[in-house]
Amino acid sequence: MSTPISTPLPSAVRPRGAGEHVTRAPEPEVLTGAQAVVRTLELLGVTDVFGLPGGAILPVYDPLLDTDKIRHILVRHEQGAGHAAEGYAAASGRVGVAIATSGPGATNLVTAIADAYMDSVPLLAITGQVFSTLMGTDAFQEADIVGITMPITKHSFLVTRPEEIPAAIASAHHIASTGRPGPVLVDITKDAQQASAPFVWPVKLDLPGYRPTAKVHGKQVQAAAQMLAAAKKPVLYVGGGVIRAQGSAELLELAEVTGAPVVTTLMARGAFPDSHPANLGMPGMHGTVPAVLALQEADVLVAIGARFDDRVTGKASLFAPKAKVVHIDIDPAEIGKIRHAEVPIVGDAKEVCAELAAAFREVTAGDPHASGAPADRYAEWWTYLQGLQAEFPLGYAPTTDGHLSPQYVIERIGAISGPEAVFASGVGQHQMWAAQFIRYERPNSWLNSGGAGTMGYAVPAAMGAKVAQPDRLVWAIDGDGCFQMTNQELATCTLNEIPIKVAIINNSSLGMVRQWQTLFYDGRYSNTHLNTGHGTKRIPDFVKLAEAYGALGIRVEREEDVDDAIRLAIETNDRPVVIDFVVSADAMVWPMVPQGVSNSYVQYARDHAPSWEGDEAPDGQDPDLVIPPLEEEPRKR
Amino acid sequence: MSTHVLSLLVEDKPGLLTRVAGLFARRGFNIGSLAVGPCEVPGMSRITAVVDVEELPLEQVTKQLNKLVNVIKIVELEPTASVLHEHVLVKVKVDAATRPQVLEIVELFRAAVVDVTQEALVIELVAGAQRTAGLLKMLEPYGIRELAQSGLLAMGRGPKSITERIPRP
Repeated sequence: MSTPISTPLPSAVRPRGAGEHVTRAPEPEVLTGAQAVVRTLELLGVTDVFGLPGGAILPVYDPLLDTDKIRHILVRHEQGAGHAAEGYAAASGRVGVAIATSGPGATNLVTAIADAYMDSVPLLAITGQVFSTLMGTDAFQEADIVGITMPITKHSFLVTRPEEIPAAIASAHHIASTGRPGPVLVDITKDAQQASAPFVWPVKLDLPGYRPTAKVHGKQVQAAAQMLAAAKKPVLYVGGGVIRAQGSAELLELAEVTGAPVVTTLMARGAFPDSHPANLGMPGMHGTVPAVLALQEADVLVAIGARFDDRVTGKASLFAPKAKVVHIDIDPAEIGKIRHAEVPIVGDAKEVCAELAAAFREVTAGDPHASGAPADRYAEWWTYLQGLQAEFPLGYAPTTDGHLSPQYVIERIGAISGPEAVFASGVGQHQMWAAQFIRYERPNSWLNSGGAGTMGYAVPAAMGAKVAQPDRLVWAIDGDGCFQMTNQELATCTLNEIPIKVAIINNSSLGMVRQWQTLFYDGRYSNTHLNTGHGTKRIPDFVKLAEAYGALGIRVEREEDVDDAIRLAIETNDRPVVIDFVVSADAMVWPMVPQGVSNSYVQYARDHAPSWEGDEAPDGQDPDLVIPPLEEEPRKR
Repeated sequence: MSTHVLSLLVEDKPGLLTRVAGLFARRGFNIGSLAVGPCEVPGMSRITAVVDVEELPLEQVTKQLNKLVNVIKIVELEPTASVLHEHVLVKVKVDAATRPQVLEIVELFRAAVVDVTQEALVIELVAGAQRTAGLLKMLEPYGIRELAQSGLLAMGRGPKSITERIPRP
């Protein structure tokens, strides 16, 4: 006879027959909600979190003192926690975690959450909420953060009971990191943190409406392979999805099997090696001439994890006007959103690239090009593209005011640091130059705020990246405007021994806005001068500011000092380093396509394309316009 | 502009309606009407949404709605293969002279009188868009004091069910 069982046991430990030894299921441990938060994070494998405590999240901070599995990094502003978690995720592919209190703590996370949403970054945001009994009463530090973030999160949870905590956090972690990654918010009331409940693990994820992955449609892959095989002028238009899918190896295979040229968007820099001969560089508003015109002239476009962003397409109706489109994306809603796709393929970029390469091999097995070099297939196309590459290499003109050239500084940082380093940038001119003049050879080495365009991303993102990958050299390439938005995290870096290097490309102005004022507002510089550069009051003095934060501060004003300063920064690892590179304010980002026109109007350098009126050039201009010859030869790199 | 009727099977979670309505607003989709209520599966609700869009944005609407974690399933209901009804309550001014005329209209439209006072009648109708519009047009001259409409409710004709493959708890 079996032992009588007073309480029902889970089926797994129920006796199967007479004579078997019966054990009682261990009673689940009773934890407070706050302890459940920490325990759940531990069990999910989270090792680092960024945050700042406050009233409504206080309970969670108590058990954080006891865990030896999770390192909590105390930031100086919650936005810093959010971007640090983003940088952590973008550099490592793991979920980044940020913790904040209710009300203003939570709203300070909003910019980072929006940023993560735009760039598909796996971010788990945990916020404290006022007592459930006070919700809706305008209680102290109450904000409806679930409501506020609804349009900028992949999903969110409001938790009011301790027993819901493990499943909510586990579900959020799962949603953030699967399918198209994104930010997920878990808002936990203070009473749920304080009350106790049995801690049950593992939890069953109850998400019947969440289907993050679809099986790749084999027939569509076949159709894409045939379209590519029949193409004369194909381009692989690669977006950040390839990096999120960790599909670089498969992309490389696809590019080499087909011999098709590759363009890597701002979000995809590093997804495909810059040293590879098939890489035409970055497309879009500040893309290379070969990349921009390859897309304009293409007959087949294979978009992989790219979303036809307006900064890539220019005027969308005139983008790649002759191309049939194969669109590969894990998010079905991206396909057909901007541009109709002749061949839509819903699926993981890594998987689809591999399948498409195999299908292409099969489709072309018997044809005359099968035995030759893959690029021979599109020999005529390559002749045209190589002509563009020779005629319009990426370059820049020397400065005329005797000040440092920002492009030169950034180019040297990239060259000396090498491809194993990580480069996080802010937003603006320095971001574009960092995308153009650093050569990326591996995915996850380039971190930036692409979709949202968040000034202030660089310092905290670099901090997060350095925490995720302490053995890598991590640079924040920042502007003087951006740096002033989030430099408080230097305190966090110094105190927590996170030795990032910050290169301020200091042109004493909001440079990209100034560039537009130069080009489109007759040089009327409204509110873009920041007084941080040479010949100004230097408020703040970045070297003194760095020193105040316990960082090494260096100022560089002459070209001959650039390399030494970079080397000193790389060798200094007992504290963060800030280099104030005082550069010319007149340097501009080229090439450039003005907003709202066809990308065929790409300007290689100033005054080397048709004149524009205001921001927008008139519609209906000839999209086949030929770029006029250059007057000023840019310096080649 | 064309009108489409979408039937959404959703998890009955707090904030669900905000998520759906917010998505419509954010993406610039026009909602004709939105009707929400529980369905035959415990823990799930059914939303009937009437949207005014062109063919291509409709695809965007359904794809974006499908991304909402609490949305289980979306079906577009073809008017010819569906029952499309809405529930209308209308209060009409009457007096001794006009009451018989209004009651005649009520009968003609197979509507019902659900409240009677000296000065007014409350009339109820469950019907498709055309019959509803017809009734309202006929009542208008008498003076419509108040009007409440449920928004369209829709269901496919025949034996199939939107929840057919949904596992029951």
